[in-house]
Amino acid sequence: MPMTTPITTRQSVISLDAVSKRYGTETVVSEVNFKIRTGECVVLVGHNGAGKTTLMKLMLGLTRPTSGEVNVLGRNPAAGTAVTQHKTLGYLPESVAFYDAMSGREVLAFYARLKGVTNRHCEHLLESVGLVDAAKRRVGTYSKGMRQRLGLAQAMLGDPQLLFLDEPTTGLDPGLRHQFYELIDTLHKKGATSVISSHALNEVEARANRFVIMKAGVMIASGTLDELYLQAALPVRLEVSVAPGEAASVAERLGSNINIAEIGNKTLRLSCFNGDKMPLIRRISNLGDVVEDLQIMPPRLDEVYSHFMNGEPS
Amino acid sequence: MKILWILTMKELRDGFRNRWIAAAIIVLGILALVLSVLGSAPTGSIRASELDVSVISLASLSVYLIPLIALMLSFDAMVGEFERGTMMLLLTYPVTRWQVIMGKFLGHVLILFIAILVGYGGAVVAMTLVTGSSAEGWQAYVVMMASSMLLGAIFIALGYLVSVLVKERATAVGAAIGLWLVFVVLYDLLLFGALTLDKDQLIGQHLFSMLMLISPTDTYRVLNLSSFEGVSEAAGIAGVASEAGLSGILLVSAMLLWVVVPLAGTLLVFQRREL
Repeated sequence: MPMTTPITTRQSVISLDAVSKRYGTETVVSEVNFKIRTGECVVLVGHNGAGKTTLMKLMLGLTRPTSGEVNVLGRNPAAGTAVTQHKTLGYLPESVAFYDAMSGREVLAFYARLKGVTNRHCEHLLESVGLVDAAKRRVGTYSKGMRQRLGLAQAMLGDPQLLFLDEPTTGLDPGLRHQFYELIDTLHKKGATSVISSHALNEVEARANRFVIMKAGVMIASGTLDELYLQAALPVRLEVSVAPGEAASVAERLGSNINIAEIGNKTLRLSCFNGDKMPLIRRISNLGDVVEDLQIMPPRLDEVYSHFMNGEPS
Repeated sequence: MKILWILTMKELRDGFRNRWIAAAIIVLGILALVLSVLGSAPTGSIRASELDVSVISLASLSVYLIPLIALMLSFDAMVGEFERGTMMLLLTYPVTRWQVIMGKFLGHVLILFIAILVGYGGAVVAMTLVTGSSAEGWQAYVVMMASSMLLGAIFIALGYLVSVLVKERATAVGAAIGLWLVFVVLYDLLLFGALTLDKDQLIGQHLFSMLMLISPTDTYRVLNLSSFEGVSEAAGIAGVASEAGLSGILLVSAMLLWVVVPLAGTLLVFQRREL
């Protein structure tokens, strides 16, 4: 799939239609609907226990929905026949576990054989996650970060078309995180679709096409970053630098119908809603030389996130 | 087929890696050697061949030991992977659930086969080489080895059924021990008690045959102790099987059923299992 096609016109590879999952009386996922299109990188965001992992398991066919329909690559993933599609699929579970008695290389080779992937590809993957030196050691002796890296390597086996990564970067140091995202980017350029779960929003911000925000099993918001900002309708903050001692008078001249957060000696902090932003900026620039600098700070992603998580009315 | 082979080989390699095979070979080999040496003493008076005596003593002990080894090998097979989370990852690979079970089964059965073949087989070869005694009655010995493998396969399958049904490893251990006690000790004890008390001979020939066929360990015993003339004479139960109407084919079929049914049950439970 060439990346030039706009995402919205591409075919959906995953669709969830009113999917619910209950364990006994406990509802873990409730009436979730979304579609994921070819080449998209969708991030599932939410606290622990929000239903992210269950959603992944539903899409992987490891569990069956109590009601609703899951469709992955045109099939019900929980049906036995969907197994044939697993060659093009990569999964990194949350806190991944391996056969401890085997060495890192043996583990990867075992999974590679199941997918029909060559040994050379394995070595290449070991290298890209930095496990070549530890490849001979038993996995049981690996640190958490090393297991995670081995987990990433197995998820990348055979250049999967569809990647499911559950909290992929926990336990990875910053350098490796960067490498990890580069690996994902390479796969994306080849047209792969990925579903990533995370609670570290800032980190995935740049990579994701779309976010699905989950809370207690309910999908409370979804969309691109811009759409989420709009939905959240959080105020934009402005910081005005003025000549020393002029802050109070500037505030007065701006009028009474603005939201002043803080008046210092040289700085003035204001906030306004996105729609009022331009008129306010014009008014500030009309003040003349007394204004030395102006900084506009859109709401940060974590603010948007906590807005949704705390369920403040928008 | 290729997937099945990969899974089988993984289990087999695990068996070599964690010294399971080595340990089982040593235990079985020493047992066979000791019993052969001790068993050769009393043969003179009743003129039974040394191998026949070996078969009797080995079969009697295998009834205890082989199920134990098989259960130790298999109780963890499913629940262990569920608990560690390796099963979840494995099932996102292009493998079906029946391949997972059959791959494990074939791997574990091979481990046991190798242990029996090398342990028992090696012992008898060593014996005949060292003492220079005749290999007379080797057929009975071969049947004993083959049926020991079958007995092992039965308890591997039973171990899987336990392993897929329980929620925790600890429960699986307990259930496996319970299974061993029932089939190896309690069933026979109860049967023996019933026969002793049964002064009016209510338990007729037919019922007795049925009771022998129900328990895989008893089926194994009957198969080994009465299928060959030399052995059954030495064992003192000549003609029990023929009188009971238990042919070799019937006995083997009963044992095969004990492999197939628990294995099918394991698959059925596993298919419905959500991870």
